[in-house]
Amino acid sequence: MLEIKDLSYQVEDEKEKTKEIIDHLDLTVEDGKFIVITGPNGGGKSTLAKLIMGVNTLTSGKIILDGEDISDLNITERAKKGISFAFQAPVHFKGIRVVDLLRLAAGEKITTIEACEYLSKVGLCAKDYVNREVNASLSGGELKRIEIATVLARGTKLSIFDEPEAGIDLWSFQNLIKVFENMRQEIKGTIIVISHQERILNIADEIVVIENGKVKKKGSRDEILPGLLGTPAAASIACEKLGGDK
Amino acid sequence: MGLDAIQKNILHEVANLDSIPQGAYNIRANGKSAARSNSANIEIVSKTDKPGIDIIIKPGTKGESVHIPVVLTESGLKDMVYNDFYIGEGADVTIVAGCGISNCGDQDSQHDGIHSLHVEKNARVKYVEKHYGEGDGKGSRVLNPVTNVYQEEGSYVEMEMVQVKGVDSTVRTNYAELKAGATLLIHEALMTHGEQKATSDYKVVLNGEGSSADVVSRSVAKDDSEQIFEVSIEGNTACNGHAACDAIIMGNAHVVAIPKLDAKNVDAALIHEAAIGKIAGDQLTKLMTLGLTEEEAEEQIVAGFLR
Repeated sequence: MLEIKDLSYQVEDEKEKTKEIIDHLDLTVEDGKFIVITGPNGGGKSTLAKLIMGVNTLTSGKIILDGEDISDLNITERAKKGISFAFQAPVHFKGIRVVDLLRLAAGEKITTIEACEYLSKVGLCAKDYVNREVNASLSGGELKRIEIATVLARGTKLSIFDEPEAGIDLWSFQNLIKVFENMRQEIKGTIIVISHQERILNIADEIVVIENGKVKKKGSRDEILPGLLGTPAAASIACEKLGGDK
Repeated sequence: MGLDAIQKNILHEVANLDSIPQGAYNIRANGKSAARSNSANIEIVSKTDKPGIDIIIKPGTKGESVHIPVVLTESGLKDMVYNDFYIGEGADVTIVAGCGISNCGDQDSQHDGIHSLHVEKNARVKYVEKHYGEGDGKGSRVLNPVTNVYQEEGSYVEMEMVQVKGVDSTVRTNYAELKAGATLLIHEALMTHGEQKATSDYKVVLNGEGSSADVVSRSVAKDDSEQIFEVSIEGNTACNGHAACDAIIMGNAHVVAIPKLDAKNVDAALIHEAAIGKIAGDQLTKLMTLGLTEEEAEEQIVAGFLR
């Protein structure tokens, strides 16, 4: 179980005024659940995800994983406790090959065949990609799918995806839904997805709406989704989609 | 082969040799030839006027390799050799020419190898030169290699220049001139640490129509080390030249990149790229989310970069 208690994250703006990106937020995520976090842009969704992974350092509050306070742990320590993270904008590396990255993710000497299986799961033809460098020659969509494959290779109890649909084409978007469905069956861990996508919201066990750094709504898909569609929040989501990925 | 354990280890590092190599070879240890073998198509002959060897590869020789590693384990030894390669028309061979120094003493050890490659028409050569140093002594390990490449029409040369550990001071001087339709690819991987100094100087002259050269250097400078990379491509006819220097700088290191393009013909297409920067923070972050510590992440990034 992941418990977030009274979590705050402040930054200073240009006028050196303190701004609360996450404002005394409380959230509990039960084991094995598929949670989609949604809400308007700038509401704090991605920041919350990064605070859970330790990429951003919290200002105050606590993050508790399976009863253990992980608030003071660094990224590596949290990764070892069983948290994985798929970045919204994956980074590339000169010289590191796809197979190397998957091996590092799996934390053991996986065979090339095993690495290929992870790639196939994200819809990449394994033999074309496994020995390629994770460099700028890959398209944004390819990098994104490789990023998701690294999370699959880790197979941890908590996997966080920050806007996995951003930069992914329609073909792989359909695949992405399958990836999440398979993950639920195979890993049986908790999955947190930051997303605006109705089709991802549609497969959620629970939906959390975050606005102005706070949880605005939380409940089952059936409770939350009807309220989201056709509301100003849904309209803003639609506008964002038309305006491109953010 | 009459080599001790240290020498065998160095052979492994510079030439990946753990046993007697296939094909022709000449192993030089502490200034003397320690082992030599010719093949039906490759002949190695000692020079009579100065130290060094001539390596004569018959025209049409296919798929053979020549190993000429050099090992220095005596402190204070200064070794200099002239090795000339004659690669016959249409041959296709691999040349492995590593040099390793183990210096446990307090005097400087130095090896300067001057290699000239005469590559005949339509011949193909893969040339691998690895440098390696080890030993706890106060004496420096110094390597100053010179490589001159003369390429005839339609020839193809691929050079892999690697120095990733333990050499205190190195000045690498490379010169190449290409005739029509010849191709030269150079890939340099360099890592310096401690107070090491490394200078690489490449000069490529494209004389023949349709000739092309690609010089790519990837380097990592750690601690207080210093690197100078200088590349000059001269285009005297319709030709293609590309040079790229990509360096990761760490600690208090100092890196200088000096690309120079010299076009003397309107159809000479010459490009250079140079980039120096530290390891990107988001690269470290990504690898840390996979469970690596910051130091482990750094090692992986550097190892991949220098691959």
